[in-house]
Amino acid sequence: MTVEVAVFQLFNGLTFAALLFLLASGFTLVYGLMRIMNLAHGGFYLVGGYVGLSVLLATKNFLLAILTAGLAIALLGLITERMLLRRLRGDTMAEVLLTIGLAYALGDVALAIWGGDPRNIVVPSAIGSSVQLVGLTYPMFRIVVLGVGIAVGGAIWALQERTRLGATIRAGVDDGETLQAMGINVKALFTLMFCFGAFLAGVTGVLGGAFLTLYPGADFDILLFALVVVIIGGPGSLAGAALGSVLVGLIDAFGKVLLPELTYFTIFLPMALILTWRPYGLFGRPA
Amino acid sequence: MREGIRNSEFGIRKGAAAAVVGLVAVFALLVPYMFSPFYTGLFTQALVFGLLALSVGLLGGYLGLMPLGHAALMGVAAYGLGFFIVHVHSPMGAAVGLALLVTLAVALVFGLMAVRTTGVFFTMITLAQGMLVWGGAFKWYAVTGAENGLRGIVRPAFAASYWEFYYLTLLVFALCWAVLWLIVRSPLGLSLQGIRESESRMRTLGFNITAHKLLAFLISGFFAGVSGVLFGWYNNFISPGSVGLQASADAVLMVIIGGSGTLLGPVIGAAIIVFIKNILSIYVARWPTIMGLIFIAVILFAREGLVGLARNIITRRRTNETPNLAGLNGERGARDGGLRAPAASGGIERISPG
Repeated sequence: MTVEVAVFQLFNGLTFAALLFLLASGFTLVYGLMRIMNLAHGGFYLVGGYVGLSVLLATKNFLLAILTAGLAIALLGLITERMLLRRLRGDTMAEVLLTIGLAYALGDVALAIWGGDPRNIVVPSAIGSSVQLVGLTYPMFRIVVLGVGIAVGGAIWALQERTRLGATIRAGVDDGETLQAMGINVKALFTLMFCFGAFLAGVTGVLGGAFLTLYPGADFDILLFALVVVIIGGPGSLAGAALGSVLVGLIDAFGKVLLPELTYFTIFLPMALILTWRPYGLFGRPA
Repeated sequence: MREGIRNSEFGIRKGAAAAVVGLVAVFALLVPYMFSPFYTGLFTQALVFGLLALSVGLLGGYLGLMPLGHAALMGVAAYGLGFFIVHVHSPMGAAVGLALLVTLAVALVFGLMAVRTTGVFFTMITLAQGMLVWGGAFKWYAVTGAENGLRGIVRPAFAASYWEFYYLTLLVFALCWAVLWLIVRSPLGLSLQGIRESESRMRTLGFNITAHKLLAFLISGFFAGVSGVLFGWYNNFISPGSVGLQASADAVLMVIIGGSGTLLGPVIGAAIIVFIKNILSIYVARWPTIMGLIFIAVILFAREGLVGLARNIITRRRTNETPNLAGLNGERGARDGGLRAPAASGGIERISPG
């Protein structure tokens, strides 16, 4: 592997890590507060991407597409949380299973509406060109995604650590019952968090549609990456999601070049090893 | 009434249960005579997946740890069988034995990793393990044939035709079911249910929780392996699609629809899913949506599955027949309710201003 290829793969890995982090952060925050492993998160991502695609084709406005996709999936999240998950509150196994059913249905409905051909989201020319980076020509959009990933990560961290809402959420993660007893409306907090996670998934879907492509099955493909990220980092931990994303992004980028025969193995094997060493992930703790 | 429940899964009397089992057995034996090869094939599939669902149900229903990667263990056995038949040219008996050994070895490694966790973490780790196998099946071309799959998993000479193979499957299934029936009623099975109810209490009583969980994982893995051998023979073929997350989730759905914590439920659930998939897909293009909605509906409204529903109906009818017991039950119900009410979240919530 030449130095040039190595640097190129480094960028590929880091930008993919940013995309994974955008998806995994919503997933892990929801888990941290509500103990819900939302396996429909990939479905949220895919449907969000398709909604963004349709809005983009209709209006030619990329920002509007991202915003609409995020809000549409937040609404989907609202319906899911209020009408389905709330009925099962506290029964974590039932919640996981329900989201699997939802994931099936979402993937199939997306196939019915948007068809089976891979669809690519074309980004506006302002961020669709390429840039010169340390002597390499690199797609600008990927760098933008990297920037968005870092910005969103920073914003969530600041929200969690520096605001009253963040303090409430951290309290909810530590001890929801006591928080409720102190007069905080934990139910509303749950709904808010679930919608926020869904919003992030919808937005990531649009970015992912330009980054990878949208196709039937992309929901489960990306969900697996997000799951690996979250499991490695420790479910519920934002820092864990960040570290996990970088690890998985880099392993994926370099694994594809160095061990193309073992693409999936290179992702899942480190995860299996980390779990053997720390069953609840690098930053996680038992529920 | 209590005794009745202990005697059989539906809570009906022993004699009635024996009659039902007899009828089902006669029906099962007559399937190739009553149905076309296509439908006989579906019944064969139902038995194969029924066995897989039973292996999932042993962990999910009796131990309380739902695995989401069991199609991979099934797949390891099917790939192993194919590998030893196609690449190594082993005799059939050796191929089956080696395939099951490989499956047990994989189950041992997976089990050692998974049994350290509880609840959703167990589910997630088994999911990841399943994807590890899927990734291997997808990429390890020399052994698995990658996305082309592995062809040429021939059936044993004595069960080559569709109806012979049905009877072989039925025989293997019946044997496995009987062994599982003995296991769940053995001290081991009761210990597993004890762990499901309260791990800390069982530990206090001196049980080695990890060893019990690992043993259950191995037993479950073995039966998943047996179903994998049958699956490989049935299709003469195995591909990554059969070992992925969707296949594992289907197996969980079978357990939930039928009723977890029973030995009838997973089999009924498997039959329902197999028939829905193969027959509904002829008429309805959107069957995954329907599967998803069934999944959601079952979890929301019938957590105990069809067997649980049937048991509730029978119990309620019996309770109406015998007012004595009804009174007792009612009293107990009220007391439970009275105890539970303050603990429920609703009680606390009324205090909150929001």
